[in-house]
Amino acid sequence: MSIEHSLLIENLTLGYGDRTVIDNLDLPVPPGQVTAIVGANACGKSTLLRSMSRLLAPRAGRVILDGRSVHRMPAKQLARTLGLLPQSPVAPEGITVADLVGRGRNPHQGILSRWSMADDLAVADALEATATVSLADRSVDELSGGQRQRVWIAMALAQQTDLLLLDEPTTFLDVSHQIEVLDLLTDLNRTRGTTIVMVLHDLNLAARYADHLVALTDGQVYARGTPAEVLTEEGVRAVFGLNSHVIIDPTSGKPLMLPIGRHHMV
Amino acid sequence: MRLERAVGVVTTAQAIRNSRTHRAFRRRSVVGLLVGVIVVGFAVTLMVGQTFYPPADVIGVIFGQDVPGATFSVGRLRLPRASLAILAGLCFGLGGVTFQTMLRNPLASPDIIGISSGASAAAAFAIVTLSLGDTAVSVLAIAAGLAVALLVYVLSFKGGVAGTRLILIGIGIAAMLDSITAYSLTQAAEWDLQNAMRWLTGSLNGTSWSQVLPVFIALIVLAPVLVGQSRNLAMTQLGDDTASALGVRVERSRLIVIITAVGLIAFATAAAGPIAFVAFLSGPIASRIVGPGGSLLVPSALVGALLVLVADFCGQYAFGTRLPVGVVTGVLGAPYLIYLIIRTNRAGSSL
Repeated sequence: MSIEHSLLIENLTLGYGDRTVIDNLDLPVPPGQVTAIVGANACGKSTLLRSMSRLLAPRAGRVILDGRSVHRMPAKQLARTLGLLPQSPVAPEGITVADLVGRGRNPHQGILSRWSMADDLAVADALEATATVSLADRSVDELSGGQRQRVWIAMALAQQTDLLLLDEPTTFLDVSHQIEVLDLLTDLNRTRGTTIVMVLHDLNLAARYADHLVALTDGQVYARGTPAEVLTEEGVRAVFGLNSHVIIDPTSGKPLMLPIGRHHMV
Repeated sequence: MRLERAVGVVTTAQAIRNSRTHRAFRRRSVVGLLVGVIVVGFAVTLMVGQTFYPPADVIGVIFGQDVPGATFSVGRLRLPRASLAILAGLCFGLGGVTFQTMLRNPLASPDIIGISSGASAAAAFAIVTLSLGDTAVSVLAIAAGLAVALLVYVLSFKGGVAGTRLILIGIGIAAMLDSITAYSLTQAAEWDLQNAMRWLTGSLNGTSWSQVLPVFIALIVLAPVLVGQSRNLAMTQLGDDTASALGVRVERSRLIVIITAVGLIAFATAAAGPIAFVAFLSGPIASRIVGPGGSLLVPSALVGALLVLVADFCGQYAFGTRLPVGVVTGVLGAPYLIYLIIRTNRAGSSL
């Protein structure tokens, strides 16, 4: 399969202004696996992801890709190994799907180099993988939320990186589209060996789709490991301050969290 | 199954290639056509005027022969004027579409958000009050253009720059700067109306080679830098985070783009005044002609050149009196501005 890259976060401290969001955090990202990061709102999940693709410079510590700090690597070189899909990317008015997906080829193109057959093949492959071939000539504005998200993932695929970071790839999608997107990412991981790191809101989906689950609280890693190790009643209480039952999902055999509120008790 | 998929990918790749070459062909045709029309327009403005000179006379003058009458009319009056029309148009078209693309908003052109007004006010002040020479005027105009760009950016910065806020602040600053221009003009006793019009709406009247040269040099130096950034500019349209993830050094690229675009606008403004709405109109017109996809920088520059050339020609001869070029482009641009605002209002979006 693809060459395995090592991605490691070392003593990382991040913040905006005088607020510290991530405090001295260590986290290895297992290569070839799907890692999901979960945690309460504003616990620093997205911030951590942004710093991993060097959108945010660290206060202290490093993000190390294959032995080098990502903040010191040439921008295009990093972009050929590590891709990121932000939470709310913007599509320029009137841009077609094929054109948008083609922009994922930017890190592979020099200032003067023309489009090559390799570029076309990468775009076609990304469209096929995301089942968006039939949309290729449509304008991104006219697509539904689920289609649009698939197109953005196609753009990230056209970048052909061995590592892909996604910030809440299922937001604003209804449940069937959420499953569709997560299945697609799993396909990528299984068939191409792409290392995937995603921030997810839904604990149960994270537990189902992740090989490696990371729970963050107060800018620190509360727990990490297999979903069965991380998603426990005690863990949910510590990270979210919520009482819950954790049972085994009969379909996937993964843990399933059922929240307990103050009402509707039998 | 594997083979089927591989065949599918190759077929799709072929289709993508075809549609791209088709669009590239259309783009090249449009660019070629625009260049052709500009060349014809340039030739016509050199021949036609109060006196008609046949092509042979015009070519003779261009190659330095002494043709009675034509050497003065064509060589001293029409040639510098038409050259500046094209050069200034190129600069305005390039600078305008750059800002519109960068800020993702057709209203965010330098002539709406105060950058042209800043350059113009500085140039008027430098000439009228300080009595400076050409070079100093250009330098001051550029410095003022950059300062206004920075000021608008800083004032509208609040956890990122939102298009609407920046545009409204820019319009306010433009109004203040226009009043500085007007004040400078009232201070000049011997100032005539023709020259005043240059700093109020832009004019090519009485253009000499000494005004053309700085614009030409600015264009030769700055335009390639800007066109070299066109791919990065296209990536930043996807948002800063996505662009950065695609290997663009967003901050550095934005700095280069702003400085070169403001430089082009300021040099052109120092020579021809803030020719109304050319920066604002060129990008949207080019986008309609070229269609989606691909950089608009070169098509927009050509549209700008054509606009100024044709508007100046019409201003001189189409009406009873001689109108400065900015009056003609202003008449063209104002309805489009109103249309954009109405459309935005209907869509209920934030511009």
